[in-house]
Amino acid sequence: MIQLVNVNKSFGNNQVLFNINLDIPEGEKLVIIGPSGSGKSTLIRCINGLEEATSGQVFLDGEELTRKNHTKLVRKHCAMVFQQFNLYPHLSVMGNITIALTLLQKKSKKEAEQVAAHYLELVGLTEKANAHPPQLSGGQQQRIAIARALATQQKIILFDEPTSSLDPEMVQEVLDVMIKLSSENITMVVVTHEMGFAKQVADRIVFMDEGCIIEEGHPTDFFENPKSVRTRLFLSKILR
Amino acid sequence: MDMGPFAAWRWQRLFNDSNIFILGLKNTLLISFLALLLALVIGFILGLASTSSNKALKGVTRAYVEFFQNTPLAVQVFFFYNALPALGIKFSVRAIGVLGVGLYHGAYVSEVVRAGINSIPVGQLEAAKSQGFQTLQALVVVIIPQAIKIMLPPLTNQAVNLIKNTSVLSTIAGGELMYLTNKWVSSGTLNYGPGFVVAGVIYFLLCFPLAYLARKYEENLKAKTTR
Repeated sequence: MIQLVNVNKSFGNNQVLFNINLDIPEGEKLVIIGPSGSGKSTLIRCINGLEEATSGQVFLDGEELTRKNHTKLVRKHCAMVFQQFNLYPHLSVMGNITIALTLLQKKSKKEAEQVAAHYLELVGLTEKANAHPPQLSGGQQQRIAIARALATQQKIILFDEPTSSLDPEMVQEVLDVMIKLSSENITMVVVTHEMGFAKQVADRIVFMDEGCIIEEGHPTDFFENPKSVRTRLFLSKILR
Repeated sequence: MDMGPFAAWRWQRLFNDSNIFILGLKNTLLISFLALLLALVIGFILGLASTSSNKALKGVTRAYVEFFQNTPLAVQVFFFYNALPALGIKFSVRAIGVLGVGLYHGAYVSEVVRAGINSIPVGQLEAAKSQGFQTLQALVVVIIPQAIKIMLPPLTNQAVNLIKNTSVLSTIAGGELMYLTNKWVSSGTLNYGPGFVVAGVIYFLLCFPLAYLARKYEENLKAKTTR
């Protein structure tokens, strides 16, 4: 579903991704972990064209992502959930979810609202349809953002540290929604520091450090038998 | 006869010639309206272009803004009026008025638009792009509706300045309020006092409500965002 082939990425003289090769089959739940500044976010932003790889190729469903076609490809395949939610504050919750459906997918307003209602129910916020994002808690906003991503009915959803800017007591409500999603046939690529979530949901874990993929594996192997020294060091720091 | 600058007979004469002031007001309004329209069109196009990542586009808009902001409006208007006809390009005085004032304020509007758009967190554009919106589409449906609230007070101030700056056109016989006032005053009995008091009051009545609305709106906005 997603392929990265020899992807390098630099910002000016600062290279942040080194020769990344990654093949993510349809339906896989892939969790990317690693210390801050290891290039995790840049990596998933290369998948939907928010960053353009300096060299190398990215394929979505077999089609190469280019500067010309990335808008179209992303619209077809890929949605994203951000660390800061990035809901549109001038629109209601309903408006946030339906805007892409009516303007990009050309659904009728009624049809779009039906889809939106379905996903609002899934994230447990049906009663907030007419609220505006600034009136909601961080956890609620992120659940709306997930509903917004889901409503586009893409096969891929990218999560860029979806719980990192939440107050601790709101983390679980968002993780619960994501766990619920994991039973669906959606390709999920999740950058996170939530190791419990990674263990429970991931089909595969990728560990990154300093712009390289250091190690990858099934969560059981990965957490119980990390091969690389750097992985062990990282895990020892965060699994206390 | 009382020859004081504000003598009663001078007011009487002004009253008799009030149609001149009404004509001036009409022309000032017409030129202001068309120039504002031009300034908004130029300002939005250049303002949007200046937020683009395209360096050439950015450079062109920067050059435009710096040129028009750092040369006096009077010089620009004189150039249109005196230099262009020598090159075979002729405009009516009113067209020069609209063009001169419009181009000049377009530079300022462009800065307002640029600042307004830049004040919206970059995550908003990224969210729209991640949904598959083109940049321009994202600007129209996501960014500008948020930025317009921030842009409205400074845009209104620009409108106020624009109205006042149409008075520069009196130097090229622009037919607007300042020009007609000055013409009326200098022909005949030199009614400087009443003439310019009335012109000033008319400008004030045009500008003050706008400035007042802009301030009120801004205060409301602040109260809302700090709540």
